[in-house]
Amino acid sequence: MALDVGGKSVETDEEGYLTNRDDWDEEVAKAIAVAEGLDMSNNHWDVVNFLREYYEEYQIAPAVRVLTKAIGKKLGKDKGNSKYLYELFPYGPAKQACKIAGLPKPTGCV
Amino acid sequence: MSDKGGTVKKLMYINRKAPYGTIYALESLEVVLIGAAFDQNISLAFIDDGVYQLAKGQNTEALGVKNFSPTYKALGDYDINKIYVEKESLQARGLNQDDLMALTYEDEDDDWAEKNSIHIVSTKEMSDILEQQDVVFSF
Repeated sequence: MALDVGGKSVETDEEGYLTNRDDWDEEVAKAIAVAEGLDMSNNHWDVVNFLREYYEEYQIAPAVRVLTKAIGKKLGKDKGNSKYLYELFPYGPAKQACKIAGLPKPTGCV
Repeated sequence: MSDKGGTVKKLMYINRKAPYGTIYALESLEVVLIGAAFDQNISLAFIDDGVYQLAKGQNTEALGVKNFSPTYKALGDYDINKIYVEKESLQARGLNQDDLMALTYEDEDDDWAEKNSIHIVSTKEMSDILEQQDVVFSF
């Protein structure tokens, strides 16, 4: 599959995850978000940027439980809960936010 | 989290192989991370060439495979904080704890104090720890 980003074609797998992580930039992220039916707010970006930092450091996308705890620690208790994260990313904060962040599907996600 | 609806078992994952060259080390790590979702009492053992999995400063550029060693540092986030490394295996390879990555976790019951997850144990201590497990996975 391919995603059209401002006339440039970016390759994805059949579920919409980027084939090459290096293809990612903010425009690509916005295009994936549009395909997911999401309008990216600053709160969305906070989560996406957090995931990218986590991946950079640990070479994995964290499980939802780990993400929730870490977000709470970094961005405040009011954001470190699954209700908040699911409101931002209705199809699953780990799955959907990772896709927009250009990361592979989290380990353990089916 | 509670253990309602099930019993908490003591699970140990034993890692005996070098990190690269076979898929065992990476597969083990992935199973550990996936299994962490089930709230069991998990510990990891590193024996024989398995101790190399925790070595500092791994560089896989020449091998052309992904260096997944930073992922061990995420184990603490997954509440996996009992990591046993066999002393004799380290010694036989001229290694000591300083040659291993520092793996830590934050203790929820102690104001999130950062604590060390790695325990260097003798063969005898390791066999005692193994004795206490309900389930042992060997990689």
